Amino acid sequence: MVLHELLDYQTLRVIWWLLIGVLLIGFAVMDGFDLGTGMLLPFVGRNDVERRVVINTVGPVWEGNQVWLIVGGGALFAAWPPLYAVSFSGFYLAMFAILFALILRPVGFKYRSKRESAAWRSGWDWALFIGGLAPALVMGVAVGNVLQGVPFRLGSDLRIFYDGTTLFELLNPFGLLCGLLSVAMLVMHGASWLVLKTDGAVAERSRKYGASAAGATMALFALGGLWLWVGVDGYHITSAVVTDGPSNPLAKTVERAPGVWFENYGRYSWTMTAPALGFIGALANLALQKRRREIVPLLASGLSVFGIIATVGLSMFPMILPSSLDPNSSLTVWDASSSHLTLFIMLVVTLIFIPLIVAYTSWVYRVLWGKVDEKAIRDGDGHAY
Amino acid sequence: MELDIVDLSRLQFAITALYHFLFVPLTLGLSVLLAIMETVYVMTGRDIWRQMTKFWGVLFGINFVMGVATGIVMEFQFGMNWSYYSHYVGDIFGAPLAIEGLMAFFLEATFVGLFFFGWDKLSRLGHLAATWAVAIGSNFSALWILIANGWMQNPVGSAFNPQTMRMEVDDFFAVLFNPVAQAKFVHTVSAGYVTASIFVLGVSAWYLLKGRHLELAKRSLTVAASFGLAASLSVVVLGDESGYLSTEHQKMKLAAIEAMWKTEPAPAAFTAIGFPDQEARETHYAVRIPWAMGLIGTRSLTTEIPGIEEQVQHAETRIRNGMVAYRALQEIRAAGSDAAIPEAARTAFEENGADLGYALLLKPYLDDPAEANDEQIAQAAWDTVPNVPTLFWTFRIMVGLGFFFIVLTAVFFYLSARHRLDRYPWLLRVAVFAIPLPWIAAECGWIVAEFGRQPWVIEGVLPTAAGVSSLGATTVLVTIIGFSLIYSVLFIVEMVLMLAAIRKGPENDPAPRPRLAPPSLAPAE
Repeated sequence: MVLHELLDYQTLRVIWWLLIGVLLIGFAVMDGFDLGTGMLLPFVGRNDVERRVVINTVGPVWEGNQVWLIVGGGALFAAWPPLYAVSFSGFYLAMFAILFALILRPVGFKYRSKRESAAWRSGWDWALFIGGLAPALVMGVAVGNVLQGVPFRLGSDLRIFYDGTTLFELLNPFGLLCGLLSVAMLVMHGASWLVLKTDGAVAERSRKYGASAAGATMALFALGGLWLWVGVDGYHITSAVVTDGPSNPLAKTVERAPGVWFENYGRYSWTMTAPALGFIGALANLALQKRRREIVPLLASGLSVFGIIATVGLSMFPMILPSSLDPNSSLTVWDASSSHLTLFIMLVVTLIFIPLIVAYTSWVYRVLWGKVDEKAIRDGDGHAY
Repeated sequence: MELDIVDLSRLQFAITALYHFLFVPLTLGLSVLLAIMETVYVMTGRDIWRQMTKFWGVLFGINFVMGVATGIVMEFQFGMNWSYYSHYVGDIFGAPLAIEGLMAFFLEATFVGLFFFGWDKLSRLGHLAATWAVAIGSNFSALWILIANGWMQNPVGSAFNPQTMRMEVDDFFAVLFNPVAQAKFVHTVSAGYVTASIFVLGVSAWYLLKGRHLELAKRSLTVAASFGLAASLSVVVLGDESGYLSTEHQKMKLAAIEAMWKTEPAPAAFTAIGFPDQEARETHYAVRIPWAMGLIGTRSLTTEIPGIEEQVQHAETRIRNGMVAYRALQEIRAAGSDAAIPEAARTAFEENGADLGYALLLKPYLDDPAEANDEQIAQAAWDTVPNVPTLFWTFRIMVGLGFFFIVLTAVFFYLSARHRLDRYPWLLRVAVFAIPLPWIAAECGWIVAEFGRQPWVIEGVLPTAAGVSSLGATTVLVTIIGFSLIYSVLFIVEMVLMLAAIRKGPENDPAPRPRLAPPSLAPAE
């Protein structure tokens, strides 16, 4: 089989770096409003019917949305096995926290309204709140730690070793800042969703929380950028860069230096679009909240989420997981991918299925178009959550 | 026994996988049954079939979310607890997992929302299409997961790359059309169909006994009995295919299942019952059926099936070859550039590379497998024998239950054809008590498949012990306790809701009437 040589290894690696970005941003944008809605649930829904309205806005779609994360995880495993292996085991307890939340969430949606008891329902409301907050916070914290470098090293047989990645060490100030940014951005996004899908008091409260969250997103994003510039060293390859060699991370040397995370912006000025979108999206979300076409603020917050995540990726390129313990072990786009053939096969599969997924997902959203109100809950004859 | 990181990681995987598979088979089978019931509704227009779809759909939903919640753990766990495994085989193993998400799970999860929320928003055909999308999605999901699992049992289409220190794919079609994966897929989905059929059969039988919802219960029984009969026949026939393939690809697993310590002249006898003794390497009080094993395992009268002892000897040879490969690999990696690799090392690796995994079996005994002595080699060779009594019994429980399901569904199929479903209350009671049995059979099946593959995580390529992450034992213990707690609580919650929904029965849900007047003119309700 030589078909895969149509695309050279280097190009495929860059494509797969982009595709992982697409899947992660897809997760943050699609499942992000579910997570944000969960975080807002106890605050924008003051009584049982209001809370059921909030839950039913995401009721029919959260399952599909969550698949973005599952596919993201699977694609990471298939296209970047060393990255999947190092990050999932390196952030072990953080991953456990995320899993705990992601177990509670589906069950919470489905089981909450199956019994009348107030204590039962309030218990699941908090489960849904934590199920939204924990993944948002922990994933943000993890990204903050990736930017600083993660304490792992690779043995000569590429076995992975860690030095102290307990949950508490992850919670350093910069990591926490990124965690808060992630929470703020998803609350903004979730609030915009609720404004689109609800009416009356719930929508009003969502507007208020959304406005604060959009403000916080811009402030925290700016602060994070400043902190990254002043206080966080970047990593770069100091040996000759081989872009189409076998995936052996130990074949290069890497050094840590201040300002490296900003080099790409100096070198390729188009990359500035990403942080600009992060700000413009949040600002537009804030400004357009009162518009009649309520889909517009949701698109704006989605754009902001896209910009903020793309900023992290572009700042680090070609680094994907720097090691603070042994910089030479750092994983880069050029030495942490699958084989040439696997990347090609996975590209073909992805090009076939992503358009299909987008098509039928759009159709489902169209079928479900319109606001969820109290009447819809009453008439739900048992199938509404 | 002192708990080390390998045991703990295995325990965690066993708990989370067996727990996940409490929900998967019902999802697999019930999604198809729902699609069948709704198809009947759309074709005949009779409202009882819509009510059946809705009622069994409620039970499907309670079960489905648990499958979703526990499935994420499965996917994350490879990276978390088995990071060297993930590195070593991700190039091949990751692809089917990712394709499962793209092709199957997206479809299933996107349309399951419409299944529940789309009754008033879609046309009859539109809703039927959504239901079929869920059924097709969940079954395709199983296909890709079993392609991944099949590769762990029979690692085809791949080769070790010394430069990247991992297995890399060289023939993707061989991975896709792996005979082991195909046999396992059909066997597993059939098992799911049996599970759902027995579930529907048992719950409907309970309604008949109570004299409730007779219309719904009788029709459901008929569907479940006919679908279940076909599925339980197929699960046994295809399970036999799976066994036949083991003769070719996993001889040790087969010998362990049959507790065949020594090679016998063909055709070998089948030990129906007995007490295998791992220490003494013999089976006490064996009841043997002459010829049967040879016929099942090889489908011939003359082919020999190698016994455990003979295979251990064979493993010893492969370990010695593996040691040569291991030493050659060290030289290749030390050489730095391709040109600097000594010719002798290159040839040695080419000749013995296929047995590299066998050298890694020595790792628990010493750091450098190439230095092992005869005693260590002999020990490692005996390590290739899985736990015989466990396999022997779980296999027999599974097969016994499989035959019982054929009888049970056949009886109800006959009664249903003769319109005598409510004649024999004791049979209905048997059906109610049979509800948990398919789960027992399915879990036993996974124990045979996975515990029977030990000590390998990838048969002949990577020992389980080599695949773990270098985590602290305490860390893994903490997450085991955490998962066990949340899983136990959720299991109780799930059972309570499931039983409550069954007790409550179908909702009083009037048939949708075609609208004659625009909604604004319709009288207020």
